[in-house]
Amino acid sequence: MSRVAEILRTMGARVTNWVWRLGFASRFFWLIIAHSGTSFRRFHLTIREVYFAGVLSLVIILVSGLFVGMVLGLQGYDTLVRYGSSEALGVLVSLSLIRELGPVVAGLLFASRAGSAITAEIGLMKATEQLAAMEMMAVDPIARVVAPRFWAGVISMPLLAALFSAMGVFGGYLVGVRLIGVDEGSFWSQMQAAVDFREDVMNGVAKSVVFGIAITWIAVFEGYDAPPTAEGVSGATTRTVVTSSLAVLALDFVMTALMFRGV
Amino acid sequence: MGVIESFVRYNSHFLIIPVANSVSNNPIDLVQVDGVTFAYDKNRTVLRDINMTIPRGKVVAIMGLSGCGKTTLLRLIGGWLRPSIGEVRVDGEVVNNLDHAGLFALRRRMGMLFQFGALFTDMTVFENVAFQMREHTALAEDQIRDLTLLKLQAVGLRGAAQLLPSELSGGMARRVALARSIALDPMLMMYDEPFAGLDPLSLGVIGQLIRRLNDALGATSIIVTHDVTEALALVDYIYFMADGAVITHGTPDEIRASKEAFVHQFVYGEADGPLPFQYPATEYRQDLFASVH
Repeated sequence: MSRVAEILRTMGARVTNWVWRLGFASRFFWLIIAHSGTSFRRFHLTIREVYFAGVLSLVIILVSGLFVGMVLGLQGYDTLVRYGSSEALGVLVSLSLIRELGPVVAGLLFASRAGSAITAEIGLMKATEQLAAMEMMAVDPIARVVAPRFWAGVISMPLLAALFSAMGVFGGYLVGVRLIGVDEGSFWSQMQAAVDFREDVMNGVAKSVVFGIAITWIAVFEGYDAPPTAEGVSGATTRTVVTSSLAVLALDFVMTALMFRGV
Repeated sequence: MGVIESFVRYNSHFLIIPVANSVSNNPIDLVQVDGVTFAYDKNRTVLRDINMTIPRGKVVAIMGLSGCGKTTLLRLIGGWLRPSIGEVRVDGEVVNNLDHAGLFALRRRMGMLFQFGALFTDMTVFENVAFQMREHTALAEDQIRDLTLLKLQAVGLRGAAQLLPSELSGGMARRVALARSIALDPMLMMYDEPFAGLDPLSLGVIGQLIRRLNDALGATSIIVTHDVTEALALVDYIYFMADGAVITHGTPDEIRASKEAFVHQFVYGEADGPLPFQYPATEYRQDLFASVH
């Protein structure tokens, strides 16, 4: 009986702790929004972070997008040719990328590359008392350090997802048209006819914006909340990647259900 | 303060110019700690009924063993923590009653040197020192450049302006942090273990800079340290703490002559005394024979 009570107590403590952290994270989110004036008044601070979070993620995003598109081209052709619809390859590649794979895979890569870097940087700034020094100099670290990184992530993520999708379409074109020999005119014209700007492109953009908010919110919160030790920062970095990846997948399901199924 | 005045003041850091706003014009002590008790929770009381006054223009040390509450006291004065009981006044303002804006306005007139410098690692030495001027003043960039170089000249590191913190030795990093903390000519300087981990040469340089900059700026300094030799040679007054309470205070000569057993043990570095060499344990003989039986 005492063993059952112990298990229940442990579970209760974990749930309570999780709710507390969610509350802190929500309050932190509103603090970021409230202290965002500096990020826009002194936009160069945000642009600098766009470079670190966005530009430096370009290589992994572009290369991954190319390969994902090439794989889609091969797999898509293999399936479509059975039904005599290989000309629809362009539609398959573009809709898969624009609606789903672009925002989701770019989000997962962004969480691993930029999210972890943001958490580690803020966590180390905390551990080495740089944030405390800033506060002592009457400079709010949320306004000066956290908010520019947050907005940089929100700006970078849709751009990276768009570039991922563009490279993916190009990869599909290389494999489908150049390598396998699908008709080039059909590839592009069917894509043009089937992809709707509002239904497909804008919904994809909306997803990537939401993923950008979720990933950078988690990344800056975990960094700011990290215990100021080497172990604490490494744990926070891991949590950022795991939590934001799961958040991307869960949000993707919810948003897909709302956008494309009319729920 | 004008640029020319700054120039004269900082270039003369080895030729101290008395500053009008220093000690005697205002009779009020700059910092007053009145009956302060601080606890993180009911089981963890860190400070007990602390009373302390820091006169304007003086360099005052707060000494004691690690964990006795020295840094917590500094954090109360800087407004990071609020006392459970009592109040902390800085320049007449009750720190623990200030709102966020009031606290930040007060902190603009304070400087703090952290234990390991806490320099911004993504900025050069120059950018670190210029940081507060860029954040808080409307000075033109060429004025900021001149003032920053003056501050760096004062700590002897003008030539290191373009280095990154990772390229500095521990002593140099501490000096850059010192230059950064005096960027806006603070009325109150706080030093958290400024001598920790320094070689004797750097230690002497930091000690001299603390004293000379305090006098040149007409500031008031609080040094939290357990470095007895350096503190006794440098400061005007000492508060001695143990277990979260002030156990004695006085001038360096009074501290050296103190009959308080703990202070004597601390000042003269005796291994055994009121603070025993051995960590509390069961009786030695009993422990040894236990293994035989």
